[in-house]
Amino acid sequence: MQTRPNVELTKTVLTEPIAEALREKVTIRNLNFYYGDYQALKGISLPLYDRKVTAFIGPSGCGKSTLLRILNRMYDLYPGQRAEGEVLLDGENIVDPKTDLNLLRARIGMVFQKPTPFPMSIYDNIAFGIRLYEKVPKSEMNDRVEDALKRTALWDEVKDKLHASGLGLSGGQQQRLCIARSVAVRPQVLLLDEPTSALDPISTAKIEELIYQLKVDYTIAIVTHNMQQAARAADFSAFMYLGELIEFGTTDQVFTKPRESRTEDYITGRFG
Amino acid sequence: MTAITPSASLKLYARRRRAHKIAMVLSNLATLLGLIALVWILATLLIKGFGGLSLAVFTQSTPPPGEDGGLINAIYGSVIQTAVATLIGTPVGILAGTYMAEYGRNSKLTTAVRFINDILLSAPSIVVGLFVYEMMVQPMGHFSAWAGCVALAILVLPVVVRTTEDMLLLVPDSLREAASALGAPRWMVIQKVCYRAARAGLVTGMLLAVARISGETAPLLFTSLNNQFWSTNMNASMANLPVVIFQFATAPYEDWQRLAWVGALLITVAVLVLNILARTLSSPQSNAR
Repeated sequence: MQTRPNVELTKTVLTEPIAEALREKVTIRNLNFYYGDYQALKGISLPLYDRKVTAFIGPSGCGKSTLLRILNRMYDLYPGQRAEGEVLLDGENIVDPKTDLNLLRARIGMVFQKPTPFPMSIYDNIAFGIRLYEKVPKSEMNDRVEDALKRTALWDEVKDKLHASGLGLSGGQQQRLCIARSVAVRPQVLLLDEPTSALDPISTAKIEELIYQLKVDYTIAIVTHNMQQAARAADFSAFMYLGELIEFGTTDQVFTKPRESRTEDYITGRFG
Repeated sequence: MTAITPSASLKLYARRRRAHKIAMVLSNLATLLGLIALVWILATLLIKGFGGLSLAVFTQSTPPPGEDGGLINAIYGSVIQTAVATLIGTPVGILAGTYMAEYGRNSKLTTAVRFINDILLSAPSIVVGLFVYEMMVQPMGHFSAWAGCVALAILVLPVVVRTTEDMLLLVPDSLREAASALGAPRWMVIQKVCYRAARAGLVTGMLLAVARISGETAPLLFTSLNNQFWSTNMNASMANLPVVIFQFATAPYEDWQRLAWVGALLITVAVLVLNILARTLSSPQSNAR
């Protein structure tokens, strides 16, 4: 087991009093990422703590979505994109080409900026992921679908129309359906790529409430453009700029006592 | 720069209005001309076609001149050859289109296939008929319904390839990413998510291909030719509506000409129904489901 924390980051984190013991679920070490010849990430090192929410913040194009998409090897879908360095999930390097991508993605779920319900019923949207990995009898499948929908506070809204199309739901409901779909596969880590940027304030509040409840069971990484959202929802925040990690610490520390002037400038709205 | 005087701008405005009026009149005339031709054709077809409609059309085979008869052998031949051609052409076309849109999006092969497919799409159907004649009819030594099916399948292919590629490219990548992010392998993403999202478009493409081949005459003249009698033998020549129409309409016998009109009406109605079906399926409401 590689639990040795990154020295520099530990310094940052430990300047804040933290009551409970932290375990690194994901450890990112000296990660570089390239879109063809263009280097999008430069030497990123960062932990994601178990059952905590970590927010990636920074101006557009700073590489925060790129970083998130490395964690489930989404970049593998596109030729010419490559990562160098280490991303350890419970000590196992997932950037290694030998990693089984489908199994990795079963352990690390992802929700995207725009809701992406599949063109099938609400029930089948949830069952799709489960069926990929398990052969489940009908009654158990019903339970799993219900459980996933209850966890995402969607059950009461859709229980009478489980077999209606997922495309008929509102934007906020669709996004919760997508979170339910990820949760149903029982991943360990959830990646949220600006999950509320296409939603209205009420739906946004619901998703944030959901993030709060989900972190009891999952390690969550969230990319957001919304400073308040990071401040509300995240335990830790990483500020990125031009492909580099500028500052990482508890959200409280990053937002109230940023050590870097660039972090302060961004958070207070002076650029970005 | 000189300032634009009011009278100058008024002049400009008047000129534009004149240009507008002329353009309007011309385009309305063009529309009218097209409509008149269309209505004329349809009206003639309806009047002459309905005049010849009778139960015998659907129960008896094509007659020798001077005798009573129907078109059942030709109707059967057209339906079966169109169906078999669609069954051969559609799967190949969908698979090729899937390769182009899903796997080889940036490959040189895709660019080449797309180019050749576009040529095939606009190739004169008589060339296709001649090709199948050389490849099948000559070596086998006789005309056959199979050869007709192959010729029609070659015409189905480019239409299906094109619509499949176009429809799959309309499926947003975010949907593919979402399915992949759940850990679905590529083939499953395509089969369970992309095909589903593009289903209406794929069916539309198939129906349009059927509509296209159901009136083709030239490729059948070289392949399945015609058969005066009821025949279900796929290894022999087989009757079909377009060739019967061609033969009967140009013959000097009045009852043959009447049957030709009925055949033309049947094909037109069938194509119309297919087009309406394709349109309903590709309408926004049905895509949302």
